[in-house]
Amino acid sequence: MGMTMTQKILAKHAGVPAVEPGDLIICNVDMVLANDITAPPAIAEFKKIGRPVFDKTKIALVPDHFTPNKDIKSAGLAKIVRDFVKEHAIVHYFEVGRVGIEHVLLPEQGIVGPGMVTIGADSHTCTYGALGGFSTGVGSTDLGVAMATGKAWFKVPDAIQVRLTGEKPEDITGKDVMLTLIGMIGVDGALYKSLEFTGPGVASLDMTDRFTIANMAIEGGAKNGIFPVDEQTMAYEKGRFPDGYEAVTADDDAHYCRTVDIDLSKLQPVVAFPHLPENTKVVGTFGDIKINQVVIGSCTNGRLEDLRIAADIFKGRSVHPDVRCIVIPGSQSVYMEAMKAGYIETFITAGCAVSTPTCGPCLGGYMGILAAGERCVSTTNRNFRGRMGHVDSEVYLAGPQVAAASAILGKIAAPKEVR
Amino acid sequence: MVLEGKVWRYGDNIDTDVIIPARYLNSFDPKELASHCMVDIDETFAENVQKGDIMVGGHNFGCGSSREHAPIAIKASGIPVIIAASFARIFYRNAINVGLPVLEIGDAVNSIKAGDVVNVDLEKGTIVDQTTGDTFQARPLPGFVQDIAAAGGLINYIKGAKAHE
Repeated sequence: MGMTMTQKILAKHAGVPAVEPGDLIICNVDMVLANDITAPPAIAEFKKIGRPVFDKTKIALVPDHFTPNKDIKSAGLAKIVRDFVKEHAIVHYFEVGRVGIEHVLLPEQGIVGPGMVTIGADSHTCTYGALGGFSTGVGSTDLGVAMATGKAWFKVPDAIQVRLTGEKPEDITGKDVMLTLIGMIGVDGALYKSLEFTGPGVASLDMTDRFTIANMAIEGGAKNGIFPVDEQTMAYEKGRFPDGYEAVTADDDAHYCRTVDIDLSKLQPVVAFPHLPENTKVVGTFGDIKINQVVIGSCTNGRLEDLRIAADIFKGRSVHPDVRCIVIPGSQSVYMEAMKAGYIETFITAGCAVSTPTCGPCLGGYMGILAAGERCVSTTNRNFRGRMGHVDSEVYLAGPQVAAASAILGKIAAPKEVR
Repeated sequence: MVLEGKVWRYGDNIDTDVIIPARYLNSFDPKELASHCMVDIDETFAENVQKGDIMVGGHNFGCGSSREHAPIAIKASGIPVIIAASFARIFYRNAINVGLPVLEIGDAVNSIKAGDVVNVDLEKGTIVDQTTGDTFQARPLPGFVQDIAAAGGLINYIKGAKAHE
């Protein structure tokens, strides 16, 4: 039986010629990742094993969730990570001022790339599937064990093929593609499976779209999401990731347990209503929903192109008087490029708050917590009850174009409503 | 080992943000995490849960974030096993890795109600609802995952086994 992209990468890293769905395998991992919340417990588990780190160049520690530290306890967590980095001479560590949101930073720095197996103690580690690698989220114990052994166990996943056709129209982003897909399959529609994106439509998705889509594979319950390597991937990796990588392709007779077809040309801007990412609705098909806050950023939509899209809409317009709009570039490099391109000036002129990179508000950490009864349109990835603050607050997930338009009009809106 | 306990019943898509909200993730002390467990959907849980009580959920239990703090908070609350229709995959792995048994029984879970007393035989994967008399058979854990669970978690397993050598 033929193999999917995911199955081929896993087989190679398990040192076997072929795998089948359901096989239990032990793989060599190429990169292991943790952040300031998940690394401290991983370090505690690592110490119980009593071995040195397997490879100081294959561990990435990215303190991005509660940094710059929001309180004394979170400063203590960051210190545990910093001390560990010094003790074990970990190469890929990023201090405040250099750090970015992990899933924006690692691809940007060429630390993850095509064909790699990456595990991360963060559920959105699946982002790197955009580059044609296998990457998935694990917990701190798995991570601690991998730091000592360089290995992780997996059950080989079955796959859902997402066949993309048509060209992405103007005002549609990767977020609209993914929220539409999650609306179709549900938040557990891809449970234990990989989402394999294929078809001629892939070519009309830029790398930013692909990162956003792969990032939210977990929101469909998936183990990973993966794109084929094409000319755009190769152009992105040029000068960033070492040459000689393998562009893994699925076999012609690869088995998919389900195929989902999406015609990109028919998509419209969407939002996901509280309190699940599957509650997808087309903007304009519901009545006025007034909002109090907008967040533009995160590992889902904190890249330069996301900021360009938002800045394009904010140009010459202002944030609605009743709205706080918080813009968070995903990395220092994104921040710098956005500044050079004039986007930051546009945001500040429009009345947005611009923050240093942090996960902050996405998980209700800090930098934009909601009060009871408040509503936020957010380019982040989860709208669970209480995710961004009070248990009686509401998060509506959207792409950067809908978020910017909503910030201007003070209600959930499509970009065409402000132009 | 046979467990017996009173059921705390929750629904579908219980996410790790409600199991332990991120505002409490500035600590990874199990007791402190347990003191906030489930607070956003059930303020009575942390205060009233008794050691040996059993948690029962619907589909996709533990979806969302990879925070291992979630199964740790539940385990430190005194819950010795979770029964659900299905589990989200990272939570499932994490629960086994930290030595918290998880049993999947599909839609049959619908007949277990809050406050029922259930018996669980962990070796056999059998569940008896003492209140209704219903019996259930959980799907067995695959291959060496059984050994990880039997060792009480991944660290014990790694220290004792050769699989990761």
